[in-house]
Amino acid sequence: MRKINITKIALNLLLIAALPTLAMAQQMESHIGNVTGHSEPGKALYYRYCWGCHGARGDGNGENAPYLNILPRNFVAGTFKCRSTPTGMLPLDQDLYNSLERGFNFTNMPSWIALTVEERANLVAFIKTFSPRWKAEKPGDPIQIPAEPALTVASIQHGKELFQKLECWKCHGNEGRGDGPSASTLTDSNDQPIRPYNFTSDNRSKCGHTNQDLYKIFMTGLDGTPMPSFADVIKPEDAWDLVHFLRTLQYNNKSPELTLWLGTKEGAAIVNAQKVANTNTGSGVNP
Amino acid sequence: MDGRGGSGFRGIATRPVRSLLYFAVILGIFLFSCTQASAFPAFARKYGLPCSSCHEGWPKLSPFGQQFKDNGYQLGNDRDAPIFQQAAYWPVAFRTTPNWHLETANHVPLDNGTVADVKTSGFDYTGLDILTGGTLAKNFSFLFVPSSDELGAFHIESANVRFSNILNSTWFNLKVGKFELDNLLSEKRILTLSGNGGFYQNYHFQPMYQPGVPETYVFGIGDNQLGVEWMGHSKDDRTRLSVSVLQPTDGNPDFVTGAGAGGVTGPGGAAGRTYDVFAAGSHAFEVKGLGLQRVGAFAYFGHAPTFSRFTSGGVDIPGSGIGNEPYYRVGLIGMWYLKKFDFTTMYFYGHDSAFLASSTRSDSPTGLPTGARAPTWNGGLIETHYTYSPQLIFVNRYELIRMSQQAFVGDPLTDQAANPSNAGNIDALTFGIRYYPFINTRAGFAFHNEYSIVWQRNSQISPVTGGTIGLTSSSLLFGFDFAF
Repeated sequence: MRKINITKIALNLLLIAALPTLAMAQQMESHIGNVTGHSEPGKALYYRYCWGCHGARGDGNGENAPYLNILPRNFVAGTFKCRSTPTGMLPLDQDLYNSLERGFNFTNMPSWIALTVEERANLVAFIKTFSPRWKAEKPGDPIQIPAEPALTVASIQHGKELFQKLECWKCHGNEGRGDGPSASTLTDSNDQPIRPYNFTSDNRSKCGHTNQDLYKIFMTGLDGTPMPSFADVIKPEDAWDLVHFLRTLQYNNKSPELTLWLGTKEGAAIVNAQKVANTNTGSGVNP
Repeated sequence: MDGRGGSGFRGIATRPVRSLLYFAVILGIFLFSCTQASAFPAFARKYGLPCSSCHEGWPKLSPFGQQFKDNGYQLGNDRDAPIFQQAAYWPVAFRTTPNWHLETANHVPLDNGTVADVKTSGFDYTGLDILTGGTLAKNFSFLFVPSSDELGAFHIESANVRFSNILNSTWFNLKVGKFELDNLLSEKRILTLSGNGGFYQNYHFQPMYQPGVPETYVFGIGDNQLGVEWMGHSKDDRTRLSVSVLQPTDGNPDFVTGAGAGGVTGPGGAAGRTYDVFAAGSHAFEVKGLGLQRVGAFAYFGHAPTFSRFTSGGVDIPGSGIGNEPYYRVGLIGMWYLKKFDFTTMYFYGHDSAFLASSTRSDSPTGLPTGARAPTWNGGLIETHYTYSPQLIFVNRYELIRMSQQAFVGDPLTDQAANPSNAGNIDALTFGIRYYPFINTRAGFAFHNEYSIVWQRNSQISPVTGGTIGLTSSSLLFGFDFAF
């Protein structure tokens, strides 16, 4: 009869007991408010909802990707457009969570608000497992957004000047239709053609629709796209002026900025000249 | 033990059993090794989302799929309108299920005056659903479903248009046409398909006046109905409310009912010029670590004519039914998630007018037949799912219906005894497994296995004894359910 080696059994049991701990070391967490997301349950959600576009490896090469004209995000690259952190930095968990909740307009990425908060937090945690950046780097500190100054005609006019001075028009066009002279030449970090945002389309921008969101886009840039960060170029008060002016380009979207601008002779002339009589195609877009 | 012997038989049986076990293990490895999962493939094709996004196991909706439906078949990313699709895109899908099934029923009355247990089995197929739906423009959507039985006889299952997000509010959506009622537990998305298990007993139950004498008006809360529905929901779809105003025809067009009541001769009895009302509401809440839980309530208040005001050539003129008598169905529902397990529980209560139950004209000079009264009943349901993965789902359902007040309490003049207190009571048990070998953004396929058995107590008169007897029927089905 073979002799039972108690020490060997104990060591084996210890090793087995330690396995989950070792495995956990490869796990990721996310922190959304007081909710902690875990990558393991997030994995199951990813393979239910996301893999078709983003791919089983998270590289944006899902079986559906060839049919999409805005390619799905490549999570392996770890580059994200919508952040509250400075350009080049990883986004906060909350940024990724907000993207999941909001979806991306004019792309195939819908809002996942129907999922529970915990499920979305779990998905954020799992998405972070794809890129080595999350293991080597920490997200940057979020940029500070100063309080929005009072809206004035002068602010809008200054924003209009900045739009020219900063050469926003080169990509976004003089009327903000996304048809500037450089528009057709732009590509993203995947060498895919990319179209500048059309402000007149009366829709939400990809990274949010509030004035704060617009401000954030100037100051953080949209990584992976030609849209740079202007954090080192303009002062916060200038950025707010630019926000106020850009709102006036959205002439189908009633806003305090547009109302104020239409009240001026100059503003009314510009806005009315922009309007194009057209037939409603039912697309929801009124160019 | 049969005549094939004792231990010897066991010895012979060992090898096939072992082979079966090996087969089961290999099948299990095959089933469980698949990591990715995927019933309206036209939607999947349009949006590039796998079936598993909108369905926990198609056709059962996930919360994301419910929100998509509640938003008028729109994801809300401003790519919903057809103008954004390739011109060749056609929003059509087909669904059918080739299968082998075994049906059994006991106490089947025969022409020779006896009863027998009847078993039938063989290869078969279900009818065909042609599912067309989607958006006509942003916030304008439609659903049109011609559906045929297995012999190719078509009817229109659904035909509606929906105006969504009116005044930019998710609380203001209108649907007009023929549509499924806003039942949280959707019968059109049922995960079981067999003859006995392919519908919810509670949704179609109508009491008998006497054993073997059914009511003549026809109504099922699970049937698609004609009318207009207001529906509102919170942006995240946690809170949902709807009210429908409906034609009292059980979904039949041209102002005719499925069957007449009383003096209204059916099928094809005339409907009245009144409307029924259905209301439903629910609210979902998160429980940490478990998922989204939902509780709700619903009520249907209807009435059916008991005779027709006008007839021509002995036939009721459609829409001229009068002498309305009421009926109603109310219920409570809960959908409970415990990670991969989920349970749906439902309480159901029904009430029919004594005139409807006894098929009596409401203006009858003699009034109700002696012993007739309004039947009432309680029902319950518990349906359990274990979603191992988007590719494999186990289903179990138990339903019961208990008469709380029989429609007939006896007639001493004709020496007719009262109905047994349990006459018509139903117990129904169903088990099923659906395995989806692949999940993609183009088509859906499920290997469907199901067993269902239904017991109905004292529901008929025995031609042999003249007493009441029950009916037990069962279905066993193996099928390939596919949609493309």
